[in-house]
Amino acid sequence: MDVLGLDTLDIARWQFGITTVYHFLMVPLTIGLGILVAVMHTMWVRTDDPAWLRMTRFWGRIYLINFVLGVATGLVQEFQFGLAWSEYSRFVGDVFGSLLALEALLAFFLESTFLGLWIFGWGRIPKKVHLAALWAAVIGSIVSAYFIIAANSWMQHPVGVEVDDATGRPLQVDFWAVLTNNTALAAFSHAIVAALMVAGALLVGIGLWHLRRRRLAGRSAEEVDHRVWRRSVRLGGWVSLAAFALTALTGDWQGKLMYEQQPLKMSSAEALCETEAPASFSIFAVGKFGSNECDDVHSITVPYILSYLAHGDFSSPVPGVNELQEEYAAVYGETYPDDPSFGSLAGEPIDYAPVLAVTYWNFRLMIGMGGLSAAVAAYALWSTRRGRVPTSRIGVYGSLLAVGAPFVANASGWIFTEMGRQPFVVYPNPDVPVEDQVWFFTAQAVSPGISAAEVLTSLIGLTLVYGVLAVVELWLIGRFVRAGVTTGDAHPTPGIAPGPPDDDTDDDGTPRRERDDDVLQFAY
Amino acid sequence: MDLQTLWFAAVAVLWTGFLLLEGFDFGVAALLPMLGRRPADRHLMLRSIGPLWDGNEVWLITAAGAVFAAFPGWYATWLPALYLPFVLVLFGLIVRAVAFEWRHSHHTEAWDATWTRIITGGSLIAALGIGAALGATTLGLPVDADGTRVGGAFSGLSWPALLGAVAVLGFSLVHGALFLALKVDGDVRMRARAFALRWSPVAALPLLAWAGITHLRYGTPVTAVLWLVAALAVGVAWTRIRLDREGPAFAAWAVVLVASAATIFGAAYPVVIPSTVDVAFDVTVADASVSDYTLTIMTWAAGVGLPVVLGYQTWTYWVFRKRLTADPVHEEPADRVVPA
Ligand code: HDD
Ligand code: HEM
Ligand code: HEM
Repeated sequence: MDVLGLDTLDIARWQFGITTVYHFLMVPLTIGLGILVAVMHTMWVRTDDPAWLRMTRFWGRIYLINFVLGVATGLVQEFQFGLAWSEYSRFVGDVFGSLLALEALLAFFLESTFLGLWIFGWGRIPKKVHLAALWAAVIGSIVSAYFIIAANSWMQHPVGVEVDDATGRPLQVDFWAVLTNNTALAAFSHAIVAALMVAGALLVGIGLWHLRRRRLAGRSAEEVDHRVWRRSVRLGGWVSLAAFALTALTGDWQGKLMYEQQPLKMSSAEALCETEAPASFSIFAVGKFGSNECDDVHSITVPYILSYLAHGDFSSPVPGVNELQEEYAAVYGETYPDDPSFGSLAGEPIDYAPVLAVTYWNFRLMIGMGGLSAAVAAYALWSTRRGRVPTSRIGVYGSLLAVGAPFVANASGWIFTEMGRQPFVVYPNPDVPVEDQVWFFTAQAVSPGISAAEVLTSLIGLTLVYGVLAVVELWLIGRFVRAGVTTGDAHPTPGIAPGPPDDDTDDDGTPRRERDDDVLQFAY
Repeated sequence: MDLQTLWFAAVAVLWTGFLLLEGFDFGVAALLPMLGRRPADRHLMLRSIGPLWDGNEVWLITAAGAVFAAFPGWYATWLPALYLPFVLVLFGLIVRAVAFEWRHSHHTEAWDATWTRIITGGSLIAALGIGAALGATTLGLPVDADGTRVGGAFSGLSWPALLGAVAVLGFSLVHGALFLALKVDGDVRMRARAFALRWSPVAALPLLAWAGITHLRYGTPVTAVLWLVAALAVGVAWTRIRLDREGPAFAAWAVVLVASAATIFGAAYPVVIPSTVDVAFDVTVADASVSDYTLTIMTWAAGVGLPVVLGYQTWTYWVFRKRLTADPVHEEPADRVVPA
C-alpha cells in the first residue's frame, strides 16, 4: 500500500531510523556522563572537597534532564519491533526477545530504581550508600548497552543458532555464543568509549565557556567555581583524548570483523568498486554515489591502508563491490522471491550493496567528527595548562560548538552500521555453511497488516513530538548551563556532612531558596 | 507445569505487577486537578510518586519484553493489530515522563500548570490505552489465520478494548487515591480518602465485569472462586476506607486487582489472543512460544534476577516510607522563580 509514493516499508524504515538515531542522542550522554558524574561524586565522598560536590550537582543535573528523555524515547524503541516490524519479531523471536527482556530485567530496573534513590536520597541515606546508588544506576546503563548491542550484533552476525526445518526460523542452540559474539564485544566496547567522548566534549565546551566568562567578568580564580570549571575542562579533555584513542583501537577491531562478516559494507564504505591488492584507503571521493554506480566514483586514496584495516598487513586484496555483488547474487538470489510477503519488491532484482553515499560519508563523518573532537580536547588541555584561562573567542566558542561533534560521530556510526547491512535485516553469517545460514531481508520484516497511512501517521506524530521535546530540552539545558554552578547546584542537604560553605545568594543576589527545595529542584 | 505455562504465568504476574505499581502513579497523576487544589497540594502529590514512577514503568517494559521473549507470536500479533492505540499510549508515556522532570526545571505559574496538565493527560491516555490493549488480548481481536489484523486501523477497538480501558482507569483512580491517603498528610489525604470512599464501588465494576465475562467464557471453578475473592475484596476495601484504616484498605484494593487479573489470565489460558474472526484463528501459548531451550535460559535468568529486583525495589519503598506533608515553601509558586 502506498501513500505519497512511499510504501509501508519505506515509511517504517524512516520511522525506525529517525526514532533510533534520536534515542541515541541521549544514550551516549547518559552512559558517558553517568560514569563521569559517578567519578565526581566518588571524589567528593573521598576528599570532601566542595568543588567535587558542586561538579556532581551541576553535571548530575544535566545528566538527569537528559536521562529522562532517554527513557521516554527508549520506550518507543521497545514497542517498535512489534508495531511496525512484526515479521521481523516473529522471525528472530527465539533469540532477540530474550535479550531485550534480559535488558529490562537486569539493567533497566537497576538504572531506574537506583537513580530514583540517588535523586531523592540526598541527606536521607548514608553517604556511601547514596554514592553506591549512583554507581548501581551507571552500571545499569552499561549493562543495558551490552544487552541491546548483543541483540543488534546478532542481527549483524547471527551466531548460536540453527535453522528450524519446520518454520525456517533460527532456533537458539547456544546462548553463550550469542552473548560472546565477537561482533557484540567489539561494538560494545566501541560504543562505550564513543559515549565517553560525548561526555568529555560537553565538559570541555561548557567548562571553557564558563572559565572565559568568569575571567572577562573579573572574578577571582580563588573562588570555588573557578576550580569547578577548570577541573571539568581538564577531566573532560583527558577523557576525550583517551576515549578517542580507544575508539580507534576498537574501531580497528570492528573493521577487521566487518571485512570477514560483511565485506560489502567494507567495500562500500570505501567506494571500492574493483578488487584491489594492495588496497588503498579513500580519503575523499567525488561522483554520482546515489546511483549506486560504483564506476562513476573517483576518489583520492592512500595506498595500502585499506589492506591494513581489513587484514592487518599491507598487501592483501580487498574485494570490490562489483565482484561481491555477483557473489551474493549467486548465493542468495538475483531477485527477491515472487511472494507477497516481499511487498512491492517481490520479484525485483536485489541490490546487495548498500547506498554508497550513505556508507561512504557516514564512515568518514564518524571518524572525522571524532578526530575533530579530540583536537578540541587537545586545544583545551593546552590552553588551560598550568592554571591558564583561554580568552580567545574563537577557541572557546569553537569548543562550545564542537560539543555537537561526537554526537554526530555517534549517529553516523550507527547509520553506517545499520544502513551498511542492507538489504538484509539479519545478515547471513559467512562462518556457517550456506545451507545452515540464517538470513532475513529488510523487505520481509515489516508488519503485513498495517497500512502505510497508519505508519505515516505515527511517523509524523513522533517526529513532531520529538521535535518539540528537543527544543524544550535544549532550552532547559541552555538555561541551566548559563546559570552555572551557583544556581543549579545546591547546598548539601541536612543530614549529610556540609559541603561548600559558600555564599548564600545566587549570582545576581537573589536569596537562595529553602534547602529542602534545593533537593527537589535538583530532583525533578 | 511445563515451561510455556510457567511463562504464561510469569507474563501474567508481570502485567499484574505493572498495574499494581504504575496503577497508583497513573491514579495520582490523573487526580491532580481534582485533589490538588493548591500548588502546594499538587507538589505534594507529585512528590509522593517522584522517586517511584520510573521504577514502576520498567514493569511495563519488562512485561512487554517478556511477551516478546517468551511468546513472539503473541507480541507480533497483538501490537500491529492495535497499532495506533499503542502509538497513542507511547505518546502519553513520553510526554508524561518528560513532564515529571521538566515541571521542576523552571518556575512560572504557566509552566507549572502546563506540565501538570500534561502529566495528567499523558497518564490518562496511557492508562486507558494499556487497559484497552489488555482487554483486547484477553477478550478478542480481529485477526486472521496468519495473525494479521483484518478490518481498518480501528477494528481492534471494539467493546473488549473499551471495557479494559475503563477497568484499568477505574482501578487506577481509586488505587492512586488510596496511595495518597496512605502516603501524604493534610488536606490531600482527606480528599483522597473521601474520593476513594465515594468511588471505589463504582470504579471496581468494569474490572469485575471484565473478569466475570472472561470467566463465563472460558472459566473453571477455580476462576469462579478467584472472581468471588475479587468481588469480596471490593467490599472489604470499602469498609476499611470508612473506618479510616488506610493500610488495610490499600491492601484490599490490591487484592481486587490481583484476584481479577488471576481470574482473567487464568480463564484465558492457553489462549493469548482470541480471534473475533474465527475461533480456529485463536493464538495460543503453543502457537506463540519460543523453544524450550530459550525458555529455560530465561527461567534461570528470571529466577535469579526477579527476586533481586523485588528485593531492592522493596528497599527503596522502605527508604521513602515516610509520610509526606505539604511544605510551606511551595505555598507561593511565584517565589520560586529562578533567575535565568
Ligand atoms: C548503547 C546503548 C543503547 C542502545 C543501542 C539502545 N539503548 Fe535504549 N537505553 C540505553 C542504552 C541503549 C540506556 C543508556 O540504558 C538508556 C538511555 C537513557 C536511559 O534512560 O537509559 C536507554 C533507555 C531505554 C529504555 C527506557 C528504560 C527505562 O525506562 O529506564 C528502553 C525501553 C530502551 N532504552 C530500549 C531500547 C531499544 C529497544 C533499543 C534498540 C533499538 C535501544 N534502547 C537502543
Ligand atoms: C541506537 C543505535 C542505533 C541506531 C542509531 C540505529 C539506526 C538505524 C537506522 C538509521 C536504521 C534504518 C536503516 C535503513 O532503513 O536503511 C535502522 C534500522 C533498523 N535497526 Fe537500527 N540502529 C540502532 C540500534 C539498533 C539496535 C540496538 C537494534 C536491535 C536491537 C536495531 C535494529 C534495527 C531494525 C530491526 C531496523 C529496521 C530494519 C531496517 O530498516 O534495516 N537497531 N537502525
Ligand atoms: C577513530 C577511528 C574509528 C574507527 C576506525 C571506527 C570504526 C568503526 C566501524 C568499522 C564501525 C562499524 C561496525 C560494523 O558495522 O560492524 C563503527 C561503528 C560505530 N562507530 Fe566508529 N570508528 C572510529 C571512531 C568513532 C568515533 C570517534 C565515534 C563516536 C564518538 C564512533 C562511534 C561509532 C558508533 C556509535 C558506531 C555504531 C555502533 C557500533 O557498531 O559500535 N566511532 N566504527
